[in-house]
Amino acid sequence: MSHSPILEVDNLSLEFHTDGRTVYALDKVSFNLARGETLSLVGESGCGKSVTAMAVMGLLPKGNARITSGNIRLAGTDLVGMPERQMQAIRGNRIGMVFQDPMSSLNPVHTIGMQIAEAVQRHKHVSRHDAWARARQMLDLVRIPDAGSRLTAYPHELSGGQRQRVMIAMALACDPELLIADEPTTALDVTVQAQILELIADLKTELGMSVLLITHDLGVVAATADRMMVMYAGRIVEEGPVERIFARPSHGYTAGLLRSLPGHESQRRGVLTEIAGTVPRLDRPVEGCVYAPRCAFAEAGCGAPLPPARQIEAGHRSACIREAAVFAEMSNNEIVRSWA
Amino acid sequence: MSAFLSLRQVGKDYPLAKRGPFEPRRTLRAVDDISLDVNEGETLGLVGESGCGKSSLARLVVQLEAPTRGSVSLDGVELASLGKSALKRARRDFQMIFQDPYASLNPRMKARAIIGEALRNYRVGTPAQIEARVEELARQVGLGAHLLDRFPHELSGGQCQRIGIARAIALNPRLIVADEAVSALDVSIQAQILNLIIRLQKEMGLTLIFVSHDMSVVAHVADRVAVMYLGRIVELGSTEAVFERPVHPYTRTLLAAVPTPTPAARGRRTAPAGEMPSPLNPPSGCHFRTRCAHATEQCAEVAPQLRDIGDGQRVACHHAEALLSPVVPEAIHA
Repeated sequence: MSHSPILEVDNLSLEFHTDGRTVYALDKVSFNLARGETLSLVGESGCGKSVTAMAVMGLLPKGNARITSGNIRLAGTDLVGMPERQMQAIRGNRIGMVFQDPMSSLNPVHTIGMQIAEAVQRHKHVSRHDAWARARQMLDLVRIPDAGSRLTAYPHELSGGQRQRVMIAMALACDPELLIADEPTTALDVTVQAQILELIADLKTELGMSVLLITHDLGVVAATADRMMVMYAGRIVEEGPVERIFARPSHGYTAGLLRSLPGHESQRRGVLTEIAGTVPRLDRPVEGCVYAPRCAFAEAGCGAPLPPARQIEAGHRSACIREAAVFAEMSNNEIVRSWA
Repeated sequence: MSAFLSLRQVGKDYPLAKRGPFEPRRTLRAVDDISLDVNEGETLGLVGESGCGKSSLARLVVQLEAPTRGSVSLDGVELASLGKSALKRARRDFQMIFQDPYASLNPRMKARAIIGEALRNYRVGTPAQIEARVEELARQVGLGAHLLDRFPHELSGGQCQRIGIARAIALNPRLIVADEAVSALDVSIQAQILNLIIRLQKEMGLTLIFVSHDMSVVAHVADRVAVMYLGRIVELGSTEAVFERPVHPYTRTLLAAVPTPTPAARGRRTAPAGEMPSPLNPPSGCHFRTRCAHATEQCAEVAPQLRDIGDGQRVACHHAEALLSPVVPEAIHA
């Protein structure tokens, strides 16, 4: 049992309907998250990474989002189509969530102690007193100094980093099996970001939970995740162990992302390798590779319906038919080599 | 020898609301008497975390704010001494590129009107000439001519930032201050805009002040880098020096915290202890001393001044020499 993945997403497709238009937000997304693993979902704005998280948490807008195929299984139980009442018992209890902006995720008129205690009482049959004790224990756990007296503080009295610690405390208060962190450090300064990432990594080990970390920042991925998935225009284009993908990117888009990163000393003041064009609109289904129009490696075959993602090595999959060409080019790229 | 842009003891205080009728008036010292020279054609990167005063300093340079103390001179002319019309003439020479490509453009104006606005304000040429110039500018920044008749909301973030850049260069300025100009953009678009800014700078011989919280972006564009902490510059030097041989403990802390896209460096990254103190009530002496492993009594008593430690690298730390010696734990950033 414990060897089965905590989260299995299988062939998930999702559409949004607005003003008579359809947006094909997710296209056959499949992945597994093992117990005790940190899996990172990385991609640019609008690629579908947050939508994936929302789908897992059952927080999609009721009116216009429609899951057209696939399953989302949490420890074997399918969450797709689960009644809201049952979903509420899972959300915040077996799945903890941390979002980007801690200020807007916290209620400004309640103390943080009360907010954490409320999260506990919502799901566990405990007394107010025990819930309050748990809140205090959680603030200690997320390394907020002088936790006892901070329980009665309001969100505005805390710094951004401390607020995010409170969010983490709240997310973990019910001992979830899975933590979904959607851009948890994007609104924070680098030094605070380093503290929060360290905290999440430590707690993951201490509590033995699994983490789905959603980010746009390849640096954050490299710093924290075991495995990563690269997402583009609603599809997972590459998936594998972090070291492996940074050393041997095997999709035109992953290669494009890695090459376009600034900061490497060998190319200071030089020309960065751009990814031409912009992200496509997803208002109609695309047959071939969605990235082909922007891809430096594209050839005629990329427009044809894609074969299933190919296995490059055990655990490393890429949806790119030009994978060999990408590798040949990237293995000669000194910048990418120096990063790996 | 005078630099192109010269700041002398420039300070900016913001008065805060009183907490009660008998409470003293409080002020926030956003920029704490900074002196700085920038040469013509140079790119100065300004880095630091939220609240360190980097944006305030940028706004002082382009006269969006008046300094509380000190002087800002451009090409030998002290800007504060200029009258209204002389300042308007001088403003042609310095422009700003803002962070949020949508918020910094008037949503009711088409791209064409936004780019041409400054040209009309300064009455440079006939309407037909201005029209031609707008189209030339659009070409220069890689904005398709068919996009000129669109409103900002019909364009992508990258396209809006190209409009912001075209507007900034319309009057052939000599100095551009870019405040987090690529921070709101995705990496693939960020590379396009960085390439554009660097290309334009080289073509036009612009002096560039590039404000960013993103170390890797600054490492890419800047010739020299100034690191700010709580209103002061703590370290200033060539990009190579600051990123490869940082001396000030804060610079080292900051660089050590940056997640680089290097999985192998995982163990080498460290999170600093503690949090940044409130800029309302910064520590005495050296502002960083409360988080610094090397702090001594002297640090609490005397605010260290920026001083040269060789090769033009300047550090505001009493212990700079000791930190230079190789016995001290090396900087983490490779």
